Amino acid sequence: MKRKYPKGLVKNIKLVDREEYFCPGHRACQGCGEALAVRLMCKALGRDTVIACPTGCIEIFSTPYPTTAWKLPWIHVAFPNAAAVGSGVEAGLKVLRRKGKIPDRYVKAVAIGGDGGTADIGIQALSGAMERGHDMLYVCFDNEAYMNTGIQRSSATPFGASTTTAPAGKESIGNKTWKKNLPEIMVAHNVSYVATATNSHPIDFMNKVKKAREVKGTAYIHCLSVCPTGWRAAPELCIELGRLAVETGVFPLYEVENGRYRFTEMPGDLRPVEDYLKVQGRFRHLTPDQIKTIQDRVNLEYRKLMNKVEHPPPEL
Amino acid sequence: MSRRVGMEVAIAAAEAVALCNIDVAAVYPITPNTHVAEHLAEIVAEGRIDSEFITVESEHSALSAVLGAAGTGARTFTATSSQGLLYMQEVMPIASAMRLPVVMVIANRALSGPLNIWNDHSDIMLQRDMGWVSLFAENGQEVVDMLIQAFKIAEHREVMLPVNVNMDGFQLTHMVEPIELPDQAEVDRFLLEYKPYATLHPDRPITMGAFAMPEIFTEVMKAKDVAIVNAKKTILEVWKEWESLFGRKYEPVAAYKTEGAEVVLLTMGSMGETAEVAIDELRREGISAGLLKLKLWRPFPFKELKKAVKGVKVLAVTDRAVSYGGPGGPVCAEIRSALYDEPERPVIVDYIIGLGGRDVSVEDFITMGKRALEAKIKKPREAYKFYGVRGE
Repeated sequence: MKRKYPKGLVKNIKLVDREEYFCPGHRACQGCGEALAVRLMCKALGRDTVIACPTGCIEIFSTPYPTTAWKLPWIHVAFPNAAAVGSGVEAGLKVLRRKGKIPDRYVKAVAIGGDGGTADIGIQALSGAMERGHDMLYVCFDNEAYMNTGIQRSSATPFGASTTTAPAGKESIGNKTWKKNLPEIMVAHNVSYVATATNSHPIDFMNKVKKAREVKGTAYIHCLSVCPTGWRAAPELCIELGRLAVETGVFPLYEVENGRYRFTEMPGDLRPVEDYLKVQGRFRHLTPDQIKTIQDRVNLEYRKLMNKVEHPPPEL
Repeated sequence: MSRRVGMEVAIAAAEAVALCNIDVAAVYPITPNTHVAEHLAEIVAEGRIDSEFITVESEHSALSAVLGAAGTGARTFTATSSQGLLYMQEVMPIASAMRLPVVMVIANRALSGPLNIWNDHSDIMLQRDMGWVSLFAENGQEVVDMLIQAFKIAEHREVMLPVNVNMDGFQLTHMVEPIELPDQAEVDRFLLEYKPYATLHPDRPITMGAFAMPEIFTEVMKAKDVAIVNAKKTILEVWKEWESLFGRKYEPVAAYKTEGAEVVLLTMGSMGETAEVAIDELRREGISAGLLKLKLWRPFPFKELKKAVKGVKVLAVTDRAVSYGGPGGPVCAEIRSALYDEPERPVIVDYIIGLGGRDVSVEDFITMGKRALEAKIKKPREAYKFYGVRGE
């Protein structure tokens, strides 16, 4: 597929800003997909950005006092409220700029959070911020469980994954619920821009961040952030796992601009879901029947998404 | 020039906040605080002040949004009551730890359940240890004055702490009172422009709210404690300046006819005015009674309290909250503890009264004063007593 990139978007990894706003020396685990994704996000956002961040892996590994990995202004307040804090930051910057108390320059308010802080405890604040339409970007770094506290299931944990609060056992297949579809919930809020992304597709992710930064109003990006520790996989598989999630259709990459759906990566024929599951210890216990159940669900969700995408797809 | 207006107190509170020219307010509606939010929204809608008014989806988000805005260097305000204050509680200690000078007005209301929308102090008493400066207003005038003072106290470089101003729900919020409303020039002269120390801006990036390991956490907590203890000096200065500008005097422990009093009642908030009438009546009956009104709750005014109760035989504390199975209502427990080391301390009796909007009349204060006097001879057996319980 030949691509035309509009001005301002990244074509090639070599053209990415050399500046690091999320600096080395932080304490993330080996092979952390989230740390990589945060770094890419910061590069795409650039200097004129303020980050609001809830409790979670990112906060703990990037800001143990007196050190910080952030070269951008950054604020942490509590677990459920990154989106609310972000709305306050946006309002504060706007009014102070209007009153001439800070330089007259556009600064983007960005709230980030893990899947727990976004899909569970923080969904009320997120929904409120999205509904109010703050000029703000929210990025969810979804590693599919409460990884910071030790791999407890969240509502974004996939069906069949074994976690410490939904362990697989003789009477249990692990997590019994299907992953909450947060991007769709955000689309239902009628926000300007919604996209899915993953760290294994860095250019795609950064372009989505750049687009989200430019839209007027609220934007949401759901970034699958591979967590080798919690997924019980080898650290060097981080990128591979992200690719597999896309290629198997478990995590399709798409964007929704003002209600118009578009795939940003088309894997062609989907690989079997088993390819993705078998390299992760959290799915080790699944029987062929259970894998088939998951495959059927993935097929169904993928078809539903295909039906929403416009044919032919609108030009990039 | 100040102008004298007849105004509902909640409306006057919003007018006072508008005079402080806030940058951002985020408020979630809750009775009896709604009129503050509504009137402030009107003021912003009419363009009388240039502010962002965020209609958040919960109190938790109200305080969170206000903290985000305060982080950018904005002057911020929020308001709540009761369960709403409890919902904010998670964020309250963070505001004080991050030293963000937020101002909040609380229309004090009972906690559920059973559901009750009327006044007592059980909401704020639970927030005692959040590291906020806490003021109690006796009437509408004090609500207005204290709100303007609150911004000056909160933003003072040596304080930099959130401040809450407490007004009794309905008993104050929904009363129309004569109020001296200062004019803009007067407030501007008193309340200088807020110059924040560190803000969220890319020109000087900082990390706010870094997580603290055990090696440093205690030091941060001590810093907060030192700040709030030292805040008393600033509060007294601010009150002195207020008195010189507006002629209205504010004291941490205001005394009414306590000279030579044998029995002294102690109130917080709006009950003070009713109690004053009772004191006059008791004095007419030949009982040397007096009244203390506690207006500064945090930092606690130990020195002023000790001075105020010198020579008093019996101190009757009224508590509008219960510490279930505890050593007395929250106010009385503190006062007992504060006076424990005094060589000549009064006998202290604690009346739990006025819960959930139960009327407290002049007669009640007279009865309490007389009953308390009996404690001079026979010390009470219980640490606290519910006053006026049906069937007792």
